[in-house]
This record gives sequence, C-alpha cells and structure tokens, in this order.
Amino acid sequence: MPAIPTPDTRLPEQSDSFDPARAAPMLLQHGHVGWLGLKYRGHGDDWAELELPWREDLVGEAERQVLASGPIISMMDMAAGLAIWTAQGRFAAIATLDLRVDYQRPAKVRAAVIGRAECYRITRSAAFVRGIAHDGDPADPVAHIAGVFMSIAGDSRNA
Amino acid sequence: MPEASLTPYADSLGIVVHGDEGGSPVLTCNFSANVEGRPGHLHGGAISGLLETAGYALLRRELAKLGRTYRMKPINITVQFLAPGKPKPSYAAARITKLGRRNANISVEAWQDDRSRPIATAILNILMAPEEGSAEA
Repeated sequence: MPAIPTPDTRLPEQSDSFDPARAAPMLLQHGHVGWLGLKYRGHGDDWAELELPWREDLVGEAERQVLASGPIISMMDMAAGLAIWTAQGRFAAIATLDLRVDYQRPAKVRAAVIGRAECYRITRSAAFVRGIAHDGDPADPVAHIAGVFMSIAGDSRNA
Repeated sequence: MPEASLTPYADSLGIVVHGDEGGSPVLTCNFSANVEGRPGHLHGGAISGLLETAGYALLRRELAKLGRTYRMKPINITVQFLAPGKPKPSYAAARITKLGRRNANISVEAWQDDRSRPIATAILNILMAPEEGSAEA
C-alpha cells in the first residue's frame, strides 16, 4: 500500500533489471516520499539505503529539534520496498502487511536519519525485511525495524 | 491545553483533531499528494504517522487529566495494514489498553468510510519518563 510509486510497470515481468540507483530518483520524486525529501544513498544485492534529511517541520515535539518517528517509519517502508525490488530484480506491486519499529533512542538534534533495509527472504507471496535507522553510526542505531510485505497485482499466480 | 496543536510533524502532514469517540480524540487527515504512495493510494508511512499521532494524542490527554507531567518516549510501534487506503479522508482513534506507572500500551485503529472496517491498526508501547533528570528506559 505504501512504497509503491508509479513507474516501471512496463518492465517485463521477469526482467533482471531493477536498478535502485536509477529508479530511486524517479520513485522518490512524488507523493509522500517526495514530500519527505527522501534521498537514495546506496544499495547491494538485497539491501537499499535512504536518507531522510533534517527538516524543521518534521519534528516530533515542538520543543525538541529531533525528527519525528512518523517520517522514519515512512523512510523504512520505502527502503524496504527498494530492498525487495532489488533482491527480486524487478519492480512489482507490493503491499506492506506488517511493520514493526523498535526505537532505541531519539535521533540527534537536527540530524538527518539514514535507513537501511535488507530483504532477507522472499517466498512466492511474501517478502521479509529487516533494517536499521541511524544518524551517522550504523553501530548505534536509532531504531530497528522488521516488516512483512505481500505481492499484489497479479496475485500469487505470477508472484 | 487544547488539542488544536498536535506535533509539528502532524501539523505539517495535515493531521487535525476531528472529534471525540468515547473520550478518545479522533484525528483525521485528508488525502493529498503529501500522503500518497502508490498512485491513488495512501502511503503506509503516512497511515502509520496518523496512527501514532492518535496514540500520543490520547495518552497526552489522559496524563493531563491525571495531572501527570511526563515526557512520552516511543518504545515501539507495530502496524498492521489491513486494506489499501483510498484517496479520501482517513480517521484514527486510540484506546489505552494499559496505563502503568512507567509505560503505556495503546492500540489504535484507522479507518475511512466505515468505522467498523479499519484499514490499519497499531499497537504502541510508550515510556513515560520523568520530565526532569535522566530519562533512561
């Protein structure tokens, strides 16, 4: 439901051709993730990393200069989508079924938050993702996340 | 304190207090490009933000009623997405399952047309740290 922006629906179903580095600028341009100003940072075979830049109007408490948790959830959801498409090598509609965020500590004052999601398992109809959000040091995360995503569109027949 | 102001993030996203449901604030968020994910659908992150904001709004109200001044810190949130969010207004209201001395467990539902058919639910664990001094979990 979330992370599924527009394009690439014309990609052949089995094409081995989802490149997050090329797709991200387009995927991150519009809608909620565009509003948040998410930026692509990098990817590997089964992971993708985004950045949520610091922004005054996205703080969680008026008196503290710390990014709210809502935008961090949105970033991790989007990073999870990118990780899944990267791992499966194609863009296909997916829906978030369940997403859990464990907050380790608040982000630093006026800090951007970086989110890395890894798709560690894909079955016929589900994709399992875990990840972290941090503000500079991946060894000292702001949050851990775990999520399950379902393929939609063509259903399990072509998933 | 009136609930007109939620958080800067909620204000920015367009989340406002819509009404009241059995003592719980009902929040609403209109559909716009700012909350859109897959074309024509709500972004799951925006729904999560609405759910979370509703949970904190209720807890803030309850703590104020009890005269307790604590700083609320998120421990975790688990969101279940039940149905695609359509391009129409969304609503969310919370219920406190347990209000302890140090932490609260809160469940939240979000819906659109039909109150009895939520599009997403969430469980929040929130730590209530003393307002002053070190606030370790």
